[in-house]
Amino acid sequence: MSHSTRIKLTNTIIFIVLAIGAIFMIAPLLWMLSTSIKQKMDVFALPPVWIPSNPQWGKYLEIWEAGPLLSGIKNSVIIAVSVTVVGTFTSSLAAFSFAKLRFPGKNQIFLMLLSAMMIPYPAVMIPQFMMFSKVGWIDTLLPLIVPGLFGNIIMIFFLRQYLISIPNEVIEAAKIDGSSYFRLFSVITFPLIKPAVAAQLILWFMGIWNDYLAPIIYLNSPEKMTLQLVIANFNATYAIQTDYPLIMAASVIALLPVLTIFLVFQKQIIESVAISGVKG
Amino acid sequence: MKTKSNLYRKEKLYGLLYVSPPVLGFLLFTLFPVAYSFYGSFTDWDGLGQMDFIGLSNFKDLLTDDLFHKASFNTIYMMIGIPIGIVLALLLALGLNRGIPGTTTFRVIYYVPVISSLAAISIMWSWAFNGDYGLVNQFLELFGIEGPNWLMNKHTVKPALIMMTVWKGLGYTMLLYLAALQSVPRSYYEAAELDGANGFAAFRHITWPMVKPVTFFIVVTNIIGGSQIFTEINIMTSTGGPEYSSASVVFYIWQKAFSNLQMGYASAMAVVLGIFIFIVTLIQFKMNEKSSFDI
Repeated sequence: MSHSTRIKLTNTIIFIVLAIGAIFMIAPLLWMLSTSIKQKMDVFALPPVWIPSNPQWGKYLEIWEAGPLLSGIKNSVIIAVSVTVVGTFTSSLAAFSFAKLRFPGKNQIFLMLLSAMMIPYPAVMIPQFMMFSKVGWIDTLLPLIVPGLFGNIIMIFFLRQYLISIPNEVIEAAKIDGSSYFRLFSVITFPLIKPAVAAQLILWFMGIWNDYLAPIIYLNSPEKMTLQLVIANFNATYAIQTDYPLIMAASVIALLPVLTIFLVFQKQIIESVAISGVKG
Repeated sequence: MKTKSNLYRKEKLYGLLYVSPPVLGFLLFTLFPVAYSFYGSFTDWDGLGQMDFIGLSNFKDLLTDDLFHKASFNTIYMMIGIPIGIVLALLLALGLNRGIPGTTTFRVIYYVPVISSLAAISIMWSWAFNGDYGLVNQFLELFGIEGPNWLMNKHTVKPALIMMTVWKGLGYTMLLYLAALQSVPRSYYEAAELDGANGFAAFRHITWPMVKPVTFFIVVTNIIGGSQIFTEINIMTSTGGPEYSSASVVFYIWQKAFSNLQMGYASAMAVVLGIFIFIVTLIQFKMNEKSSFDI
């Protein structure tokens, strides 16, 4: 066998292996989708029915009545949008300052912030809970919003790295011209880092959207819950009635927004993740 | 040079102003809580009444608390998924790095579980692990194997969770490896080929050393993430599994703090967990300093 046919053969085998792997990756999600449109008896059919003969889309109407799904979506949107919009502003402004401005104690302050990355959320959740309960914020969205408004250290770190690689000349020249510092940021720097900001913002948004531990600690009343808590409650309630199509339909709804965002921005997301990983 | 010093004074002012929100956030939501957690761990504290200082009592109790031991053991046990995930992801990345058709599509498909909501994924998998009608057992049936009722059996609940976490994290690890592989200069392999090195030798002497920093990064971040496993446990086994066989440390902290209102005791566990993660992270930073890290 010649060299090139051997490579071709190897590549074909690898393609097949990757395709089988891909089936295993996607099958559970397809099964979830398929279950959501099944009739109850089809759910328990052996062998499994992948494509129901008579798809029932009714569960997708029923879920809106079955629990506070709509308010769950609304709450998740309120939290994720307010945190990412304001938090991205504070984060990128801080990153700009750390990378391009001179002030005393800059590196020490940055290192101090960096140390926050070593502190896991479970280690601070109890005192945070006590703080927020003191000010009467339990069972409101505020404990999930307010800390994020102050910025995100991972984002600051990432944008700072990005900004350092941008030459100083333009900024120095603008400083001499007497441009204000905020103008320096908003007109000169920010447009340059927009792609990096967008990628980080999307990742952050998805992280907040999918968060479960913080919301479960703070939120009790059904109408205050985020989408993730609402579907977890669906699971607890309707599993007893073995209404799996309903549970799966709700779960599909919970996946759709991030899945859509991912498919639209997959290039930026994948790049951003790859860069942050390789750089460590 | 009056104007210049004036300029600098202004810059100083604005520089500090612009970094003040994250600094304030750090003091309020990290430093203060950490100090409080630390203090709380030495007290008997129900979260409502006062905090009675009891010294190391909580930590002594941890030493003899069977449930804490179980939760710690379970948490560490479930990290078996880390090496499994690393091997699978590296193999996948090596395959994808050959420029075969459909690379982008594969990348997207393998990455979908990573971005999916963990709550929804947990719900889906608890149905997939159902003993009678679950997808997993129906698949095993094809090979004549009768699967257990995964989540209801103390011997299979952890392997089930491991299977799921590997599935969930595979795409992320694969992506990091793929990025690392793409940064290995082609000339290295060409030189090796000229020297008559076979594929395995090239992997051992070129690829593996080149992706070593990434491997290290993955191991460390996975240990940090794995030690905080909670959502899967909470949704799939809401009581911590049969005989507490799937409860994790964070699950136990959460139960103690917010169901039993033993805030002091839970804080002690949080401190232990925090110290563990701190050490792991510190090792990561130290190793990075040695390779290529610019602050």
